[in-house]
Amino acid sequence: MKFTVQINEGPYQHQASDSALQFTKAALEKGHEIFRVFFYHDGVNNGTRLTVPPQDDRNLQKAWSELAEKHGLDLVICIAAAQRRGIMDENEAKRQGLDADNIAPGFRISGLGQLIEGGIQSDRLIVFGD
Amino acid sequence: MSTVKKFMFVNRKAPYGTIYALESLEVVLISAAFEQDVSLAFVDDGVYQIAKGQSTEEIGMKNFSPTYTALGDYEVTKIYVEKESLDERGLTIDDLMDLKYEDEDDDWAEKDSIRVVSSEELAQIMGEQEVILSF
Repeated sequence: MKFTVQINEGPYQHQASDSALQFTKAALEKGHEIFRVFFYHDGVNNGTRLTVPPQDDRNLQKAWSELAEKHGLDLVICIAAAQRRGIMDENEAKRQGLDADNIAPGFRISGLGQLIEGGIQSDRLIVFGD
Repeated sequence: MSTVKKFMFVNRKAPYGTIYALESLEVVLISAAFEQDVSLAFVDDGVYQIAKGQSTEEIGMKNFSPTYTALGDYEVTKIYVEKESLDERGLTIDDLMDLKYEDEDDDWAEKDSIRVVSSEELAQIMGEQEVILSF
């Protein structure tokens, strides 16, 4: 089956990103296809490479980046939500005249159309949120 | 992209305490641009999102409620409101905004977009959807 996964909450405060990560891993292990993972609302905060969680805790951003590299996942951060919350890639930072970017490896910034396309192209769209 | 799916956006939260309502509305407008079969459901505190007479001046936030009245122009014409959620909050349909659309199949007659349904009816409508996004 082909899935699109939507994540509406940031890391650590809510379990949504953890649950989505476990779901995505399990689906891939069972041979399913992940069409896209879309980060919306505070979920965009999963895609900053500047998080430094304590060493004895999980690092969600790294876990997503590594999973993306291993399986060629398409991790998409909503641009409108990202702009509100200060998640920037190099191009967007430049365009906005900002002095830094913070997007993590394996993530890309794009529009909400990518979420709707995920809903259209996938057999199931699964929302992880509050 | 010619596939048309039944998309439902389920709105469960009050409009200004969190950003879910505003950002949900942003996705709804995009989905309409993709020419999908879109419907909205308002349940729990979500019914307050389409309450009449919203004023946000004193909380310093943007009042985005006028956008709901534009949904008809985006051909988003199916807006389901759960009756139980209204009842629990002492609200009736008269407390909600007057959301209309022009029916192109009926000589552009102006019709109500809001349909108050029981939770049982809403469950059935949800069962008919292909993609449900919950906010």
